[in-house]
Amino acid sequence: MQNKKTGKAKTIKRLLKYVTKGYKFQLVVVLVSIIISALVGVLGVQFIKYLIDDFITPLLGEQNPDFTALLNVIMAMGVIYLVGVIATYTYNRLMVNISQGVLNKIRGEMFDHMQKLPIRYFDSRSHGEIMSTYTNDVDTLRQMLSQSIPQVFSACISMISVLVAMFATNIYLTLVVLAMVVLMVFVSKYLGGNSSRFFVKQQEDIGKVNGYIEEMMEGQKVVKVFNYEEQSKKRFDDLNEQLCDSMTKANMYANILMPCIMNIGNIGYVLVAVIGGILSVNGILTIGSIAAFLQYVKAFTNPLGQVSQQMNSIIMALAGAERIFDLLDEDVEPDEGYVTLVNAKMENGKIVESKERTGMWAWKHPHKDGRITYTRLRGQVEFENVQFGYEEHKRILHDISLSAKEGQKVSFVGATGAGKTTITNLINRFYDIQEEKIRKDKRNIRKIKKDDLRRSLGMVLQDTSLFTGTIKDNIRYGKLDATDKEVIEAAKLSNADKFIRHLPHGYDTMITGNGEGLSQGQRQLLSIARAALNNPPVLILDEATSSIDTRTEKIVQDGMDKLMKGRTVFVIAHRLSTIKNSDLIMVLEHGRIIERGNHNELIAQKGTYYGLYTGAIEID
Amino acid sequence: MFKKLAKYVKEYKKSAILTPIFVVLEVVMEVIIPLLMAKIIDVGIQNGDVKYILEVGGLLIVSAILSLTFGMLSGRFAAKASAGYAKNLRKEMFHKVQDYSFENIDKFSTSSLVTRMTTDVTNVQMAFQMIIRILVRGPIMMIFALLMVISISAKLSLVFFVAIPVLGFILFYIARKAHPNFEKVFKKYDKLNRVVQENVSAIRVVKAYVREDHEKEKFKEVNGEVYSYFKKAEKIIAFNGPVMQFTIYTCILLISWIGSQLIVGGEMGTGQLSSIITYAWQILSSLMMLSFVFVMIIMAQSSAERILEVIEEEPTLKNKEKTVKEVKDGSIKFENVSFRYSDEQDENAYALENINLDIKQGETIGIIGGTGSSKSTLVQLIPRLYDVTKGSVKVGGVDVRDYDIESLRDEVAMVLQKNVLFSGTIAENLRWGKKDADQEELEEVCKLAQADGFIKEFPSKYDTVLDQGGTNVSGGQKQRICIARAILKQPKILILDDSTSAVDTKTDSLIRKAFREKIPNTTKIIIAQRVSSIEDADKIIVLNEGKIDGIGTSEELLKTNEIYREVYESQTKGGDEDAE
Repeated sequence: MQNKKTGKAKTIKRLLKYVTKGYKFQLVVVLVSIIISALVGVLGVQFIKYLIDDFITPLLGEQNPDFTALLNVIMAMGVIYLVGVIATYTYNRLMVNISQGVLNKIRGEMFDHMQKLPIRYFDSRSHGEIMSTYTNDVDTLRQMLSQSIPQVFSACISMISVLVAMFATNIYLTLVVLAMVVLMVFVSKYLGGNSSRFFVKQQEDIGKVNGYIEEMMEGQKVVKVFNYEEQSKKRFDDLNEQLCDSMTKANMYANILMPCIMNIGNIGYVLVAVIGGILSVNGILTIGSIAAFLQYVKAFTNPLGQVSQQMNSIIMALAGAERIFDLLDEDVEPDEGYVTLVNAKMENGKIVESKERTGMWAWKHPHKDGRITYTRLRGQVEFENVQFGYEEHKRILHDISLSAKEGQKVSFVGATGAGKTTITNLINRFYDIQEEKIRKDKRNIRKIKKDDLRRSLGMVLQDTSLFTGTIKDNIRYGKLDATDKEVIEAAKLSNADKFIRHLPHGYDTMITGNGEGLSQGQRQLLSIARAALNNPPVLILDEATSSIDTRTEKIVQDGMDKLMKGRTVFVIAHRLSTIKNSDLIMVLEHGRIIERGNHNELIAQKGTYYGLYTGAIEID
Repeated sequence: MFKKLAKYVKEYKKSAILTPIFVVLEVVMEVIIPLLMAKIIDVGIQNGDVKYILEVGGLLIVSAILSLTFGMLSGRFAAKASAGYAKNLRKEMFHKVQDYSFENIDKFSTSSLVTRMTTDVTNVQMAFQMIIRILVRGPIMMIFALLMVISISAKLSLVFFVAIPVLGFILFYIARKAHPNFEKVFKKYDKLNRVVQENVSAIRVVKAYVREDHEKEKFKEVNGEVYSYFKKAEKIIAFNGPVMQFTIYTCILLISWIGSQLIVGGEMGTGQLSSIITYAWQILSSLMMLSFVFVMIIMAQSSAERILEVIEEEPTLKNKEKTVKEVKDGSIKFENVSFRYSDEQDENAYALENINLDIKQGETIGIIGGTGSSKSTLVQLIPRLYDVTKGSVKVGGVDVRDYDIESLRDEVAMVLQKNVLFSGTIAENLRWGKKDADQEELEEVCKLAQADGFIKEFPSKYDTVLDQGGTNVSGGQKQRICIARAILKQPKILILDDSTSAVDTKTDSLIRKAFREKIPNTTKIIIAQRVSSIEDADKIIVLNEGKIDGIGTSEELLKTNEIYREVYESQTKGGDEDAE
């Protein structure tokens, strides 16, 4: 409980920092404006009383009433009101700047920070969860910043000033009012508590219903094939009914909060009137002050009602803010590297840096004494007794040692979960191992700047991940400044050109939703084209052709072999025809390399690879 | 449009009608209460009449209790009606989607259907609650409060007859001005969400290509757009409060000025002046509420449209009036079949062209062909998942369009390329094929599909719980469960659309052997990438770009069909004769 409270306090403090930073002056103006606006409102309540007592009543019964003084006071009040209106506009308008500015900044920071997070972060969270931070959480924050906070602040100012006026008028009656306030707080706590309890239940039920909808929409075609429509309707109806129930309850408690507060206020009013009446009969209080006091009661309970209504959204917004800050506090990918990758050319037998793409790369290594040395990128990768697990106690890789030489095609074969992808994920440091046991070109990869390390490694994954945009844009993702000609060449190389030309708008066909309307094989061809355009020094193909038919795959492979000639290529595939021509094949089982060699050697061993190849062993 | 949607209130009609009634009663009490309050001050306190104060106070407490009761009731019924309404909308959509054909499903993406059933329903529900509560409350409050003002002083009420239209006009003007900006904000929001979502799901690609900065740029742009449109919209909305205040303050001043003259002239009491000012607040704030509801309704409009799109979408496949309920046998005939997906813009772009096939009951047919050769499309015409564009498909000698769809699909089992298992136990998933299948039957089909072995190795065996999408079993296992599920239907025709790709060749051949021995009378159609999966079929169909390139046994095709030979060689070359 204590923790929760300090957590809340911290969140508020941090939020305040965003608001005050850069908006200090505007914020001061806003605060002053709110105070002015609230005071003008309180003054307005007094004004009528004052007008009646001091200006209208004296005129009563006069033969020729002189309205000048009255007119003057109304004019004066008019000016005060005008100030109030201007103040209200000022803070409303400035709050737009502040809240939108803060949100813009927070969203930007979230996204920027997210780009630096390790892959691990994305593994441990559902996409829906991350998305909801950007949408729901930021949105509740907006509600709070632009509406709740100014309203609550203004309400508090009103209540405090009214309270002061009440105390000044009569202490006992004030105590009566305060007693009513206690009751109100109690009631709103009870109702609010119930309401939020059912809101939590409602959220759960919404989750269930949404989950079911998602699952069924995803599997809708299977539903049709199995004539399963009626059952799926029935199950949905049950869940839907549950949601309806909790939703009704949650909304009900929220709906009756306001009438409760207002009517407790009304009852308080009566109490004050009765007690005040008795007091005035006994001569303890003047009639005028009771009348004024009654006005105060109303002026006090109205803002209280407002505050109670805002409380729910403030609590929700704070919970959202906490999630936002959690994202911002996630540890970023460590990068202590200092060796960078540059384009290079040979001059007088020495490697020098070059601005253009030369097709030759070099590692630029700044030394402690200020010297800079260049070494040619060769694409050698070495593992030395590497151990690794995604979770601390669940080791995935055991004692992996391997050495890929320049220009080799190295393949990994093994069942799902054997650790093939994990190995490639370590090469490009999607995940980090503790010890310094992976070397690239005889250099510990931790010394290489992460971005440069990844630039030296192209990667094509089984899950293709296309972006909304044209086909051209998507291929160009591999090289942002590529010309159309280069794009088409890459597409031809990967054999994607053929199907692209058949699309209604060719290379300008829009892709949406990760390539809806394209087959998985076509998507894979596109992502290979993307990698071809990227033209990396080292390439990793992780089940990159798994959905492409063997005939097309052959063509693609020939193209890629040509492109990557002399460079190192890593291939993961469960289709053995994909990897047969590799220089080095490694068979993985439960995170260990159990066989290694080229195709002929492995066949001759008559071990696991042989079993796989002859179809005696299942691979997946 | 709202009329069409109003239909789905259904059994919550009572609550939906009771809500505004209680709202009206609540409003009446809220109008009476200030009147009684004024009486306490004007008569009771002024005269020091404690008895009167107690009397009216008692009345006031009764009113407060009544007001509370009405308020609670209206709140309760509103909650019931709106939650119920949302339930009905969701139900209507979900049930409708169950009746969709594949073509309908293709038209909406999965994610868009999910959004429509969730976010859009919430929006409409909010608007609905607003309508039954506030849309009634506003005008009623205004009318009652106005009546009270008129009863106190007709002259002073004139102030309101000027103020209401002026304020009303300005508020609605603001709402109208702001609305298009909000629409833009929502569009940009969608774009922002898309950028984030794509970034998250493509994070490996982003990192592999070191495109973080490119992504940041993309996000910064759309974030900036959201910012500037939102600011623009809110800047307009920022006028709401001050305009409202300005009007009400002006009214108070006018009322004070005119009222004081009336009081001095003896036409009105001082207490009544304060009452009128209370009413002024009520009248003008109800206008404010109305403009708020107005904005909400406008915003819910596009959600309502999206919901209606789903509900009103006509299923493209329907039973004929007179249908054939029984499938005689498992023979299949394609007669000059051509097929085009309806969303294809190019009129001539047929996915399938001029297909003629004659398949006898009990035959095993293999289909092979490159990416995009329309293999899946071809087989999907058999259980009538799509209708042909030209020609006809006959099952058991009858055109598939003449069958009762359910009867047809009961006899044609299909394992889709995109296998889906659902969350639940393995047994539950299998029973999709036959609701009341007993354990013995389950084991029998699983043995046939070579799944019984590994299922029995799981600690909970057939009661092993699968995650959504069946992610906790391997690809090969998933495929075998899916095959077993299809066989459980005891169909006359069984179609496997690339359903053994992750199964090893040995198991694959065991499955085919079981097919031959255990279900010889079932017609089997197998699409595969792997030649070994179809090599021993009675007939192999080679598809290329939507046309039949060759039909025959493996031996025949090796002689006559170039594509088949290439595929065959690319997969087997180096296999047995690798020594070369």
